[in-house]
Amino acid sequence: MSVIILVREANRLWILVDYGSCSGCRLCEVVCALEHEGTIWPEASRIRIFEEAYGAPVPHLCVQCLDYPCVKSCPVGALSVNEATGAVIVDDQKCIGCGKCIEACPGKVPRIPKGKKTVVICDLCNGEPKCVKICNEAGYNALKLYRGLYRPVFSTFAGDPREKSLALSKKMFD
Amino acid sequence: MPYGFTGKILEVDLSREKIRVKEFSEGVYRNWLGGRGLGTYILWKELGDKWEEIDPLGPENLLLILTGPLSGYYPGIKLCITGKSPESNGVVGSTISSEVAIELKAAGYDGMIIRGRAEEPKYILLVDDHVDIKDARKYWGRGPSDFLSELMSESHREVIELAGRSGLPKEPAILYIGRGGERKVRFASIMAKFVHAAGYGGYGAVAGSKNLKAIVVKGNGPLPPVANFEEYKKLLRDIQHQLLEITTFRAWGTGAGGYEFGYRTSSEPIRNWQEEWHDRKEISVVNFELGYWVKKYWGDYGCPVTCMKISYIRHGKYKGAKTDAPDYELAAYLGTNLGIFKPEEIIYLSYLADELGLDAINTGNVLGFAAELYEKGILSKNDVGFELRWGDTDAFAKLMQMIANREGIGGVLAEGTHRAARIIGKIKGIDAARFAVEVKGIAVGAHGIRSGEDYPSPIGYAVSVQGGDHTSAAFSDPKVPAGEIEAVFTDSAVICSFTYWTNFDVLIQFLNSVTGWNMTVEEWINQTAPRIIHIQRLLLLLGGPDIQWDPRVHDDNPPRFYEPLPSGPHKGKKANEQEVNELKKAYYEGIGYDEYGVSKPEVLRNLGLEDAIPLVKKIRNRLGLE
Repeated sequence: MSVIILVREANRLWILVDYGSCSGCRLCEVVCALEHEGTIWPEASRIRIFEEAYGAPVPHLCVQCLDYPCVKSCPVGALSVNEATGAVIVDDQKCIGCGKCIEACPGKVPRIPKGKKTVVICDLCNGEPKCVKICNEAGYNALKLYRGLYRPVFSTFAGDPREKSLALSKKMFD
Repeated sequence: MPYGFTGKILEVDLSREKIRVKEFSEGVYRNWLGGRGLGTYILWKELGDKWEEIDPLGPENLLLILTGPLSGYYPGIKLCITGKSPESNGVVGSTISSEVAIELKAAGYDGMIIRGRAEEPKYILLVDDHVDIKDARKYWGRGPSDFLSELMSESHREVIELAGRSGLPKEPAILYIGRGGERKVRFASIMAKFVHAAGYGGYGAVAGSKNLKAIVVKGNGPLPPVANFEEYKKLLRDIQHQLLEITTFRAWGTGAGGYEFGYRTSSEPIRNWQEEWHDRKEISVVNFELGYWVKKYWGDYGCPVTCMKISYIRHGKYKGAKTDAPDYELAAYLGTNLGIFKPEEIIYLSYLADELGLDAINTGNVLGFAAELYEKGILSKNDVGFELRWGDTDAFAKLMQMIANREGIGGVLAEGTHRAARIIGKIKGIDAARFAVEVKGIAVGAHGIRSGEDYPSPIGYAVSVQGGDHTSAAFSDPKVPAGEIEAVFTDSAVICSFTYWTNFDVLIQFLNSVTGWNMTVEEWINQTAPRIIHIQRLLLLLGGPDIQWDPRVHDDNPPRFYEPLPSGPHKGKKANEQEVNELKKAYYEGIGYDEYGVSKPEVLRNLGLEDAIPLVKKIRNRLGLE
């Protein structure tokens, strides 16, 4: 079974990260947590800025892999793909917080923040991601909304954010 | 508990390795907020009775790491560090940009109280409910460029292990000290993210005296809910957008000051404040940007301003030096005040101050003081160990190292300008205080008052409860939300003084939307701010054990400010004694001090501070007023 068939390719969204442009201001985390959790909650934000090496902040969020290993790994069918956007949608009623999707994710993106029983994953704000909007308003454009055909290279952007920050820092300061 | 607070403060006793949770009543939060206000309250209640005997660098002192009701909610992130200050012997609310503030709240705490003294170097690891006092021997003696990434990777790994199957948490936030703090240099800072410092107050020395190298904090939970979510969201959005329009701060941070405060306002310290005017275009921010910035926008949690700019030197003698812009205060104090105008050399000295964990303002102040004594022939080559001439970056770098190591004359200068002047004056048999540009043990910020063109009033430093601290300069009228009345708000709500530029009414509205209170501007000006200022003032005047202030002598500008400016468009201008005395009199009256500068008992009673009246008696006795 292939999940991708369900998604209308031309409308797919992807948040392109321009790594060197991220200021680390975390306005994206602020708006995301307010939107989804109704409070300030850095670990529950669906986009999280990792800054393992100071001066080299790295946005970390779902890249909507073509094969959706997280969706496949879910033992209770709590994860699905939004046909319009390609976002992974969590059904809080079904999610048992087992962490299987986290293991399956090549970027260790999903998170069950303390005090929540279910996993959080970027839902692309139903097509209008708040994080992208504020990053654009602030003028950094470290996040840009890309529409159209999904390309296999996108999934290679899922990776350990600690390593990304260290790599970026090495480039800046070597 | 009001919205916006967790209601819990973590207490760590390093002597006994004991941890407990302290809770304050809702009334305490309402009266003192957090940060500087709550810190002042805690210090008064715990140490007030024997304040004069408490050695700021002894185990009885408390090191307070406090958030405020707006930390994490308001744009930009700040944390307030306080305790009995080894600089002023009073209380300094010393703020630092650090995600430790938001991590603390997300872990369920409004702050930390650190007591006692560890036997061996330690660091505190706090991850939600998990607290550990860990061995820091391998980090001791090392600067941030050397140890910080190691501590980060070690503690992040531990945070990840503790998270178990719940995913990959972000890195924890870290506060640390450098060698200056370890060696108890009185103006050592507590630092974060290699460039951020809680500089004023000398709390790096307090951490060092407790054998505390670092504090690592990670919170995985939510911040407490706000009282009025819709209003909060609207205010937040408005302020975010307002701040995004502050174009020069976003573009340059405070970097433009290096040229402008010299050229335009004649208020920049040059060669230990012997001059305050220059037209040295080479120090302009444009040269920092073109030559050295490797990151133009660098911000902390939720900050729309991102005033930090990372400078990095890739080649030559100073290769590897990495710092922020540097900001105006550092460009002035480690640049012009030492007769240095080359961006590369200023970046290097700023980096060195960060590496050694020294507050760059007090460092540049004491270095300039020493260089002037050298220029005047009071200090000799023999005293210093080498020649100390204006503009000699390498000589100043060497002296900075000696301060951090407390070697040779560095050991005297490590006591800060005020104390160094007393020591040197005694040895040399001269009045060295003439060359000391500080107020109550705290270096005056790089904003002079002689030209009248910069923001501090003629009594801004003289009567401030935080001495020379330019972020808390008193405005001559304490009945308007400006100067100290405003600074007490930013330091107690714990927000950044570079993101608070909005109407003061809006700030109070913001506070109410988060806490659910009905605070008013009037209440702030007439009750809350004076309550905090009066207790800070009483503890400052109690002082001790090494130095106690007499307002009749020490509520004054440094002698230098009464000398005429020798150059520039404001040549000849100086502070005017009569004007200073008149303003001081009006300020005392307005804030509620008697003619000698001591809190009036009836004013304390009106502020609900009856318990502080015995302190007034003690102070008046010492000053011979009873």
